[in-house]
Amino acid sequence: MLLKYSAFLTATLLCLASSLSFAGAQVVSDSANKDSKGFTIAKEVQDRDSGWGDSHAKMEMILSNKQGQSSRRTMELKTLEVAGDGDKSLTVFHTPRDVQGTAFLSYSHALEADEQWLYLPALKRVKRISSANKSGPFLGSEFSFEDLSSFEVEKYTYEFIREDTLAGNRVFVVQYTPKYSHSGYTHLEVWIDQKEYLFRKIEFYDRKASHLKTLEFNEYKAFGKYWRAMEYKVSNHQTGKSTILNWQDYAFKTGLNDADFNKNALKRAR
Amino acid sequence: MTQSLVVRYAKGVLRFRWLIITASIMGVILAGAGGKNLAFTDDYRAFFAKENPQLEAFEAMQNTYDKSDNILFVLTPKDGKVFTPQTLSSVQWLTEQAWQTPYSTRVDSITNYQHTEAIEDDLNVADLISEPNALNMAQLQKIKKIATEEPLLVQRLINTDGSITAVNITIQLPGKTLTEVPEAAIFARDLAKQLKAQDPNLEVRLTGLLMMNASFAEAAQKDMATLIPLMFLVVIVVVGVLLRSFSATLSTFLLIIFSIVAAMGIFGWQGLKLTPPTASAPIIILTMAVADAVHLLVTFLWNMRNGETKHNALIESLRVNMMPIFLTSATTILGFLSMNFSEVPPLADLGNIVAVGVLLAFVFSISFLPALVAVLPIRIKAQTNFSQKNTALNKLGQLVIHKRKPLLWVMLAVSIFFTAFVPKNEINDEFVKYFDESVPFRVDSDYAAKHLISAYTIEYSFNAQDDGGIAEPAYLQAVSNFVAHLKTYPEVSHVNTFSDTMKRLNKSMHGDDPSQYMLPDSRELAAQYLLLYEMSLPYGLDLNNQIDVNKSATRITMTTKNLSSNQVLMLEQSIEKWLNSHVPDYKVMAASPTLMFAHIGVRNSHSLLGGTTIALIFISFILMAALRSIKIGLISLIPNLIPAGIAFGIWGMVNGQVGMSVSVVAGMTLGIVVDDTVHFLSKYLRARREKGLDAQQATLYAFNQVGQALVVTTLVLVAGFMILVLSSFKLNSDMGLVTAITIAAALIIDFLLLPPLLMALDKKPLKAVGKPPAQAISTPNSAVEPA
Repeated sequence: MLLKYSAFLTATLLCLASSLSFAGAQVVSDSANKDSKGFTIAKEVQDRDSGWGDSHAKMEMILSNKQGQSSRRTMELKTLEVAGDGDKSLTVFHTPRDVQGTAFLSYSHALEADEQWLYLPALKRVKRISSANKSGPFLGSEFSFEDLSSFEVEKYTYEFIREDTLAGNRVFVVQYTPKYSHSGYTHLEVWIDQKEYLFRKIEFYDRKASHLKTLEFNEYKAFGKYWRAMEYKVSNHQTGKSTILNWQDYAFKTGLNDADFNKNALKRAR
Repeated sequence: MTQSLVVRYAKGVLRFRWLIITASIMGVILAGAGGKNLAFTDDYRAFFAKENPQLEAFEAMQNTYDKSDNILFVLTPKDGKVFTPQTLSSVQWLTEQAWQTPYSTRVDSITNYQHTEAIEDDLNVADLISEPNALNMAQLQKIKKIATEEPLLVQRLINTDGSITAVNITIQLPGKTLTEVPEAAIFARDLAKQLKAQDPNLEVRLTGLLMMNASFAEAAQKDMATLIPLMFLVVIVVVGVLLRSFSATLSTFLLIIFSIVAAMGIFGWQGLKLTPPTASAPIIILTMAVADAVHLLVTFLWNMRNGETKHNALIESLRVNMMPIFLTSATTILGFLSMNFSEVPPLADLGNIVAVGVLLAFVFSISFLPALVAVLPIRIKAQTNFSQKNTALNKLGQLVIHKRKPLLWVMLAVSIFFTAFVPKNEINDEFVKYFDESVPFRVDSDYAAKHLISAYTIEYSFNAQDDGGIAEPAYLQAVSNFVAHLKTYPEVSHVNTFSDTMKRLNKSMHGDDPSQYMLPDSRELAAQYLLLYEMSLPYGLDLNNQIDVNKSATRITMTTKNLSSNQVLMLEQSIEKWLNSHVPDYKVMAASPTLMFAHIGVRNSHSLLGGTTIALIFISFILMAALRSIKIGLISLIPNLIPAGIAFGIWGMVNGQVGMSVSVVAGMTLGIVVDDTVHFLSKYLRARREKGLDAQQATLYAFNQVGQALVVTTLVLVAGFMILVLSSFKLNSDMGLVTAITIAAALIIDFLLLPPLLMALDKKPLKAVGKPPAQAISTPNSAVEPA
């Protein structure tokens, strides 16, 4: 899942680079009676970010509360693009020291619960994590699991709202409505760059449709044709807490395959 | 201010009467326009100054973890069973719906409680109850056992025998508009109604801090809507009967309205919020303003009944009353300003509004009132035997003179007797008890406290020694020991702690082996269990409300039974002592609304003691200067101080609970009770100095001159403050009652103790101080002379 941040930002199109036709068909039927412009934009976002294969990156997470205290965690992520389904990801925690070597494996799925395992070095065991938690917070941060998983087009219905300008960039504003019944959100408002089709900003609306938090994508960098934001910043408007993710050392097509994303790999991960 | 100056001033007022009337109306409209800014606050934090240390600690706590404002639904199935498919379905429905509550961030109930269970080798974290209708008897029994044995739930969301349950909604108010609290409260009440309609087996009650906040605003609004009109009615009737003149009554009415509207408007211009205490300001201003008008109009009408022309009667009334009214207004203002020493901003605000109101009432009394009376038709027949009306008081005066010696001793004994009960009072601010039993919040909170959980909590932020340190076995053990200590207090009903969660996790990680219900033995293990658990929790049910971002501190929430402020303070101290001796290496901070209210009473009374003393000194100097006698000024201390002593003594005998508002009474009433003394003594001294009467004759003179006005103003004042007693808000009703007792006691003391005292101490024939004989006996048609 974690890996999916990439998806997040640039809306990873894990879908079907290969099985495009299949995805396309499904999508069209989903959106037929919805808003085709919103869908077309979301689809374009995913299409442009597909085909990267696998990626590797380091990430620093900074949590802050209203009192001004903050806390830092670091981890390393590997992601495998999966055709026709959500990505697979493997996250290894480096700090804090107490959880060093803990590794998290996730197979994300568009409309079903994700499959997740955690390797606990202190116990030397892999534990499966219960499944109803897509809406729950990731590592006590303001990000939930569903925020960090890939933005498969099948996950939402779309409605185009307007064109706008954000920090000098022309953007589309599209409303995403989750289809997953246990989602923590009624809808998202997504600001999408008109030129590169990447996410600039997302506003999240909670189950009672009030503005819960805002996620900003900053410092975009191009890796070949793929864009990644080096900073994610999410602010919770209800609690005053915030979380920043800083990404570095991105690498693509590093030769990872399915064998690097199973329970055995989880135990080996350091 | 010499007498001739006053006469010249009075003539000026009559000459420019239309100008004065117009200017007054314009001024009132201008000031009153500020009323558009007035709004009711709905936050109990309004009772605390920004720099209040307990409030600061609480704000820090809330900013570190999450806010703990809440709405608590207490559900009582009439068949006494929570664990039936029907009741559990209702709980689940309510839990789902509760997420829609405006500004809610979290909902906790027995159905969405995140139960941990070992399934094969995996940790399963899921809602305790997901499909209540599919449960059979055995499953219901199993769930009941889990719920009623889980320390996080029992006596919080479920009672021990499984007959009452609760759903808690955590609310985070943005604090941007004043509609937030009512929005959430209205939603919750509607939800309760829907629930009762669809499940008639349920009794539904609503408590929690948000409901309390809503009740604050509602109590203030209700007071303003019902008590103020009632007070107007009482005053108009009393004044009408006393003055027996429509125009005079109308003038009084307008004077009062003007004073209130302008004073409240000026408060509104400052952009401050109304609270239940400040909402009682109009009633107090009303009460105070009546006195000025009554003194002026009684003399005026008395003169007219004695055959004076209207103009002369007005001038004479101003001449005679200017000084006493000025003095009494000044001392009253000082008394109310002493409330600025209060630690409670709404009480300081109340003091300031009333001080402004009293000042305005004085200004309007000596300008607008005579000007208006001058233009209104007054039909009064001159009466020859008018002065006989005073016979009752004349008789009382004679009696006092006759029995002065026994009276002196009896009254002193009575005063000492009552005052001796002052120490029986106890400072106490129990915020639930601020509301009387006509308020649903009070009734429901009492029920919840009796059967499940009270609104009184103390939160402890227990700091570890480093980041991530909450996973350290020594830390967890210290927390666990602390919690075990808390549970030894019989007054502690529930403790919510992360250490219990850790023990439960350890058990589940060991195949749910009950013997493994203990803390993990290594830091890494604990940290990784925690990580696993945190990664398993769904939306809104995370641990952020218990653990800080650094994982360096946890919040322990202790709920107590209903306790008085003193009990809370003693409990806090006892716990602090334990912390210092048993876990000296850990920093532990305590904070909560309960602690804030427990401390405010003591802080408030200490600071008010200072304020009241300063006011007393100022007022005494004013009296000495005004009466031009140090000796009489010193004697006046006795009737000025004894009424509060008697009132607090009586209060100690019958009630003894001194909340933040009752503690302002001594200072506040000082300025009022002084008024009686001023009126009485000024007439007494006038008789001694200007007429050369001895103490006994001068006493009789004073009885005849001001007795009736004192009785009437006291009646109005007592009536006014007794109307406050009708408030459903105890801060107002207690303050009203103690104030009313004080004022009534003041009159009795002024009539029965002050004269014997004067006759005993003021024996020397008085050579009028610097006596300018021409000065005051002066005007031949002086109204001062009883006919």
